[in-house]
Amino acid sequence: MTSSLRSNQAVLLAAAAFALLLGGLALAFYWVPQAPLEGFRQRIFYIHVPVALTAYACFGWGAWKALRLLWKRDRRYDLESYTAVHIGVIFGILTLVTGSIWARTSWGVWWSWGERQLVLFLVLFLFYCAYFMLRYSVEPGPRRAQMSAVYALFGVVLIPISFLAIRLAENFIHPVVFSRDVDENLTGSQAATFGVCLAGTLALAAALHVNELRGKRLDERLRELREALA
Amino acid sequence: MTAPAFPGLSYARDVAALARKDLLLELRSRDTLPAMLLFVVSTLVIFHFALPAGSSDVAAAGLLWVALVFTALLGLTRAFVAEREQRLLDGLVLAPCDRSAIWLAKALSIVAFLLLAEAVALPAFALFFDPVTAPMVAGIILADLGIAAVGTLLAAMAVASRARELLLPLLFLPLAIPIIVGGVGASVADDPGRYLGFLGLYDAVFAILSWATFEYVVTE
Amino acid sequence: MIAARGLERRYGEKRVLRGLDFDVPEGGFLVMTGPNGSGKSTLLALCAGLLAPTKGTLEVVAERHEIGFLAHEPLVYRELTALENLELYGRLYRISERRERIGMLLERFGLWDDRHERVSTFSRGMAQRLAFCRALLHEPRLLLFDEPYSALDGQGTELVDEELRSLAASKTLVVSTHDPDRLGPLATARLALA
Repeated sequence: MTSSLRSNQAVLLAAAAFALLLGGLALAFYWVPQAPLEGFRQRIFYIHVPVALTAYACFGWGAWKALRLLWKRDRRYDLESYTAVHIGVIFGILTLVTGSIWARTSWGVWWSWGERQLVLFLVLFLFYCAYFMLRYSVEPGPRRAQMSAVYALFGVVLIPISFLAIRLAENFIHPVVFSRDVDENLTGSQAATFGVCLAGTLALAAALHVNELRGKRLDERLRELREALA
Repeated sequence: MTAPAFPGLSYARDVAALARKDLLLELRSRDTLPAMLLFVVSTLVIFHFALPAGSSDVAAAGLLWVALVFTALLGLTRAFVAEREQRLLDGLVLAPCDRSAIWLAKALSIVAFLLLAEAVALPAFALFFDPVTAPMVAGIILADLGIAAVGTLLAAMAVASRARELLLPLLFLPLAIPIIVGGVGASVADDPGRYLGFLGLYDAVFAILSWATFEYVVTE
Repeated sequence: MIAARGLERRYGEKRVLRGLDFDVPEGGFLVMTGPNGSGKSTLLALCAGLLAPTKGTLEVVAERHEIGFLAHEPLVYRELTALENLELYGRLYRISERRERIGMLLERFGLWDDRHERVSTFSRGMAQRLAFCRALLHEPRLLLFDEPYSALDGQGTELVDEELRSLAASKTLVVSTHDPDRLGPLATARLALA
């Protein structure tokens, strides 16, 4: 029912994440052949896109836990939902940063409104920052847990709706859409590298999630014991 | 207790009783609506001074939507003020009616306020800037539904928080971005139908979500 | 009708109620005492279902329409008249013969003449009496009263005395008060919160 694992499983997960990431980065920077058109800077794709997808996965996981909280009225899910969203925001910031770097190296600008993924992440970043403001301004308790869960559900619904909106907006905003000299289809080695990197970032997110949960649950337990003794 | 003929009928009656209360309250206090009217007209005047020469007409339409969203925010901030200050939400939540009826009644009254505010804003806009088109009006009506649906739920969240008026804009504005896109698109694009359809989709999705989750926001 | 085991409620870091165990049988009359901030209002709100316990269990065998709650605030809209307020609650509680019932309660609590006045013009005592009307409107089986005598003058206090006496005969009550001796003879159980 909960996401907490036994401590040796958690260590294994962290080790797997470490291995996959290290391996993935090595593959991305040393093994996979240079993209003929884009050049070296294309390699950031192997970080940027997995990080973005992992952020989506975290928000989705947070929303799933939120749904379970509302369905079962079980407050244990609150912490799981919160940490998932929390980690999702971290990956979201990374997405914005890596995307910005990629834009800078590709076109010389730090930001481009024509980059749909980037704009979407900006909107989501604002939304989930408000999630933290919400949590911060309500007393911890059943009400805060439920409100956070509802807001997390709104967030996950906002993702496709925002994406649609951004696409539609391009018709009248006409952002400067820079084109990339992209090698369209992923070759075998590229796909493999991407796969390893994606597995790595997902494993990293899972390891962080599990770790943070364990820490927070330990805090809770400690507090309970202190109170029981007081 | 009288048993209803159809379950939907008693729900409708609850909504009617609550909506009547909301409208009556506003009529009596007479502060939110005049404030919204004044706010939106003042904002439009500010926009005249804020738009440099050479700005397209289309820019004015965009700014109209900004004005509408912020005016709506003003109205939404006041939506549950009586319920918050006098803990009246407790009284409503204790009643045997479905909690989502509270949401629906409040959202309907918000739509009424927004329409009234726009009845003043649009002529002002037409006077100061550009004529108002039919797709723009359709967009405004659809946007009102979405704003009211989402805004009512978020306003109820803000009731329980310490930050109160500070919190509602933060929660609301990211969710308002698609509304702005739909609304401005309907106002300026060549094919407003697409944007109106998008606004309809937003309304449907978020109204259902708000209706279904309101209970969890006001109870424990 | 009410059963609490290990009931706990915390606000953030502060525990307002801790490890509470008590029972209220049907027809019982529980009188709650305790200093300000000891959690009397919190406990009543928990029984009413407005709050959820943060730990422990609280079983209340009563539906929402069977609970009458008198809070610290009168829970009436200040900008509506007494009559409009009761009409609203009357509709929400699906009361049959609404007009008659409202009229009767307003009379009983001495508010009939002021029924068309807005609550903002009422004194605190009158608002409290209106709150009684609201709480009793739907003939609830379980009554939860948070300091019912607060803000009442001599006449109001007598009214409430009478009301509590007649209610105690057939209903279940949980009443918090600073004046337990007044309710002494009616009480079947006492709970003192620290």
